[in-house]
Amino acid sequence: MAVELAQLESYLESFTRFTQQRSTQAPQWLRNLRENAFARFCKTGFPTTREEDWRFTNLAALARTPFQLALKDAVIVTQQQAANWQIENVAARLVFINGHFAPGLSTVSEQAGNLRAEFSNEHSLVAHHLGRYLNTERDPFCALNTAFAEDGAYIHIRRGSVVDTPIHLLFISTASEVPLMTHPRNLVLVEDQAQVSIVEEYVSLGEETPAFSNAVTELVAGGDSNVTHMLIVREHAQTFNFSTLRTEQARGANVSSHSLLLGGGLVRNNVHPVLAGEGGECLINGLFIGSGHQHLDNYMLVEHAKPHCASRQFYNGILDEQSHGVFHGRIIVHKDAQKTDAKQTNRNLLLCDDAQIDTKPQLEIYADDVKCTHGATIGQMEENAIFYLQSRGIAEAEARRLLLQAFAGECLDRIQNGPVRAYTQAAVEARLFALAEAPHTRSTTSTRNQNWEEVG
Amino acid sequence: MNLLEIKNLHATVDGNEILKGINLTIGPGEVHSIMGPNGSGKSTLAQVLSRRESYEVTAGKVLFNGKDLLAMKPEEAACEGVFMAFQYPVEIPGISNAYFLRSAVNAVRKYRGLDELDAMDFLPVFRERLKLLEMDEKMMNRSINEGFSGGEKKRNEILQMAMLEPKLAILDETDSGLDIDALRIVAQGVNALRSPERSMLVITHYQRLLNYVVPDFVHVLVDGRIVRSGGPELSLELEEKGYGWIESEAVSA
Repeated sequence: MAVELAQLESYLESFTRFTQQRSTQAPQWLRNLRENAFARFCKTGFPTTREEDWRFTNLAALARTPFQLALKDAVIVTQQQAANWQIENVAARLVFINGHFAPGLSTVSEQAGNLRAEFSNEHSLVAHHLGRYLNTERDPFCALNTAFAEDGAYIHIRRGSVVDTPIHLLFISTASEVPLMTHPRNLVLVEDQAQVSIVEEYVSLGEETPAFSNAVTELVAGGDSNVTHMLIVREHAQTFNFSTLRTEQARGANVSSHSLLLGGGLVRNNVHPVLAGEGGECLINGLFIGSGHQHLDNYMLVEHAKPHCASRQFYNGILDEQSHGVFHGRIIVHKDAQKTDAKQTNRNLLLCDDAQIDTKPQLEIYADDVKCTHGATIGQMEENAIFYLQSRGIAEAEARRLLLQAFAGECLDRIQNGPVRAYTQAAVEARLFALAEAPHTRSTTSTRNQNWEEVG
Repeated sequence: MNLLEIKNLHATVDGNEILKGINLTIGPGEVHSIMGPNGSGKSTLAQVLSRRESYEVTAGKVLFNGKDLLAMKPEEAACEGVFMAFQYPVEIPGISNAYFLRSAVNAVRKYRGLDELDAMDFLPVFRERLKLLEMDEKMMNRSINEGFSGGEKKRNEILQMAMLEPKLAILDETDSGLDIDALRIVAQGVNALRSPERSMLVITHYQRLLNYVVPDFVHVLVDGRIVRSGGPELSLELEEKGYGWIESEAVSA
């Protein structure tokens, strides 16, 4: 594939500066990892829509914007500003400003701190795990992240330990004169029978200037562990937000991954669990809500590598105005993974004629005794239902809000009751309130009442 | 003052004229029944009065309590005191009946300048009305009408009416599809809500419901016009002779 050199030039510049200035203190293994990853990225460049995994997402705008790495301590974010995104009662709270750890705004714990602090510790498990699960060959964004991996969260939950309040990772991007890029890199190690709940959240502060966040989280779930991961993206509309969650599940591990895409301009969320031990279970639950010109791309790759594992994917999308959603759900059942039980459901609500959804299930099954189902629906808000609520005295905007909330509620109900659910519920309600209030002329009228289209 | 005054009402649906000049006046506390063959415009009248947007009024006017009903949005009409029991109540997954009812009651109260009811104030009234309709409180934690039988849906409509205490209740073919037990419960609910301040417009194809809910006036609607009005005896005559004679009479007139 021909790689546009002009596109890569700014990345080459950044990488050269990065290795000269910031990478020198890094341990050799990390420098090797970065250099190999950068070489890999240079080889491919950004993917185009000719590639199957990127068919519905055009990266031209991203590729032509020259981004720079943010300097450390270049901006000050106050406690008060950071308090906009606060979960009550957390086990730890790690705040990153434009990719750099902000100790003054953070509360670390024995189990959760920043990754960079681990690099100088030669007994750390980081060297063993970092980059071990991620496929930088397959995904140039994972390669790019690894090339610039500098900081992020490091969470290590020891065997049998139960963390009963959530760990909150908050990534704040701020306004800047030049477009900034950040490559947060998180490593989560959960040992056997341990339990933890993690919220990874991306927000922006200040004026809407272009920014590119390209995060990777490697999550290793030990035997019979129980892990909940929640991704919340609510940056402003000028941002490019890419994230990859790669989970490796050992025998009997139970991982729930929730994604909530509420903001961002061009958003791509990759969720890639590998069920690598028998009897593992994974839930991939997502809600994406788009308006304006937002592009929200959900890419799932669920790999069943061992027998008797169950995976559940449920994604609901609400799309208004000219927003564009993508659901790409791929399930691979490897030869050994007999008795696999995989289910995938994607439901979409288009609030006007200009909104668009591309939904694509993709099943690859190499075992012969498995149960795999998938289905997708696309529909409009039911005018009958709106009228029914109105006829009982409920104002139209409120009726719309109630119906949207009911649709979104299907996803929220799958989040375990507690502080994380309350936090996400509030975020979703605020988003839906704005959507229901917006004075659109809806061209979808009563002639299109129950018009659900079965796609798969 | 009359509660409802309909003057020369014309309405179209998708360009077809369905109502062709309806005149009807309903006083406070009166129960009127509109009967008519299929396609005569009965349900269209109910939908227009409850302000469904897809029904376009091309001429005429409707005063409700002296106010221009046709200028109101559906929620305003509801808050002013118009209630329609749907012929086909909608199922809405994800919103519980109890939450919906309390939201509706509070929306109406707010409009009328009353304090909103909290759960403690709401519950006793709610339980009493549930009993009237012989409904189980557990059903109320389920989504609106979801998985309800035909009879349960109709009872739920009357329950909503009982909670919202409208000035004008329009029953759109509430009897259709009901077995005799369900019909009895629904009628019992409706009768319990009859009062000198509450008027009703009972739309029905058959006379069956009118055995239980006895109207003060009966009107026959044929081809978008009221062709005959009378007392309760008119419904019995229609039951006996069918609509044929009145239709041919309407055509020759």
